[in-house]
Amino acid sequence: MTQTTQRPSRRAAAIDAARARALARTPMQSVIHGAVQSTPFLLVIVPFGLLFGVVATKAGFNLAEVMGFTVLVLAGASQFTAVQLMTDHAPVWLVILSSLAVNLRMAMYSASMVPWLGGASQPARAAVAYSLIDQTYVLSIEHFQNVPKLSMGQRLAYFTGTAILMCGSWIVFCFIGATAGRAIPASIPLDFTVPITFLAMIAPALRTPAHVAAATVAVVVSLALGTLPAGVGPMIAALLAMLTGAGIETLTLRRRAGA
Amino acid sequence: MSHYSTLEIWLIIAVVGAGTFFMRYSFLGALGNRPMPDWLLRMLRYTPVAVLPALAAPLVVWPAATGGQTDPARLAAAAATVLVGFLSRSALAAILAGAATLSLGLYLS
Repeated sequence: MTQTTQRPSRRAAAIDAARARALARTPMQSVIHGAVQSTPFLLVIVPFGLLFGVVATKAGFNLAEVMGFTVLVLAGASQFTAVQLMTDHAPVWLVILSSLAVNLRMAMYSASMVPWLGGASQPARAAVAYSLIDQTYVLSIEHFQNVPKLSMGQRLAYFTGTAILMCGSWIVFCFIGATAGRAIPASIPLDFTVPITFLAMIAPALRTPAHVAAATVAVVVSLALGTLPAGVGPMIAALLAMLTGAGIETLTLRRRAGA
Repeated sequence: MSHYSTLEIWLIIAVVGAGTFFMRYSFLGALGNRPMPDWLLRMLRYTPVAVLPALAAPLVVWPAATGGQTDPARLAAAAATVLVGFLSRSALAAILAGAATLSLGLYLS
C-alpha cells in the first residue's frame, strides 16, 4: 500500500487519528463501530429485503420457504435468481447451479479474509463464513487494511458489528416483506440499487493506480464477456482484474526500488 | 410454487444454502493460519475492486428493467456514484449521489 509521507496533509493526520482511535477500542466499542459504519447500506438492504419477501411470497412460496431461503442462503442476488428461475419453471438442477454460480465470488472473499481472520478459532471462522455477504466483507476488509495492527478480537468484533446490522436487517426485512409487504411502487427503480451499492462500496477504495487499473479491467472484460452464461463473465473479469492490480503493484514497487 | 413439490423446494434451499456456506468457508476454514504465498496475497488485495465492478458493469450497461436497453439515466447515475465515492471517500455520499442522479434522470426522460 502506498503512503504519501512527504508532506503531512490534513487528510493524512485525520487518517492517523482514526487509526489510533480504532486501535484503542474495546471489543464492544468495535462492534458498535462496525454497526455504525454499516448504516449507509441499510438504504439498500431494507428495500431489497422487503422486495425479496414480497416477490417470493407473490411467486407462491410460503413463509417458511421464504425464510428458509433468507436464513440458510443469506445472499440476495442468489435468492432472487432462484425465485426467478423457479417462477419460470426451470429444472431443479438448473436452479441450483445458477444460484450457486452467482455466489462464486464468496470463495474469493473467503480467500482474501484469510490473512486477517485465518488465526481465529474454528467456530469464529465458521460464523464469519456464514455472514460473509458483500457488505460485511467490503466494510471489514477496508477496515482491516486501513488499520493493519488491529488485534484479532478487534477484527472479529468489527465484523460482528457489520454482520448484526447487515445480515440481521436482511433477515428481518425479508420477513416483514413476506408477512406485511404490499406491492412496492413500480416507480422506484429498485433494480438499480445493486449496481449502485457495489460501485459505492468500491469507489472510496480506489486509492492507487493499481486499484484503478484493476477496476477498469474488471469493467471492460466483464462487458466484453457479456454474452457468456450469467455469472461466468464477471468471474473471469475479476480474476484478470486481480492479476492486473497485483502486476501493477509489483511494477510500481520495482520502479521505486530501482529509482 | 405448485410446479415444485415441497421436497424439491427444500432440496433447492438446502443445497444452495450448503453450497453457498461451503464457498464462504472454503479458504477461511481450510487454510486457517497457514501462510499464503506473497503473489497470492498481492492478488487478493484487489478482490473488492475486481469483483464488484465486474458484477456491476453489465447491470449498469444492460439494465434488466429496460429489457437490456442501455439507459442514459442509469449510466449517469453509475458515473455519479463512482465520481462522488472517489472524491468524497464516503460510500453514503456515493449512494445518495447515484440515487439523486437516477431520480433526476428518470424524471427528465
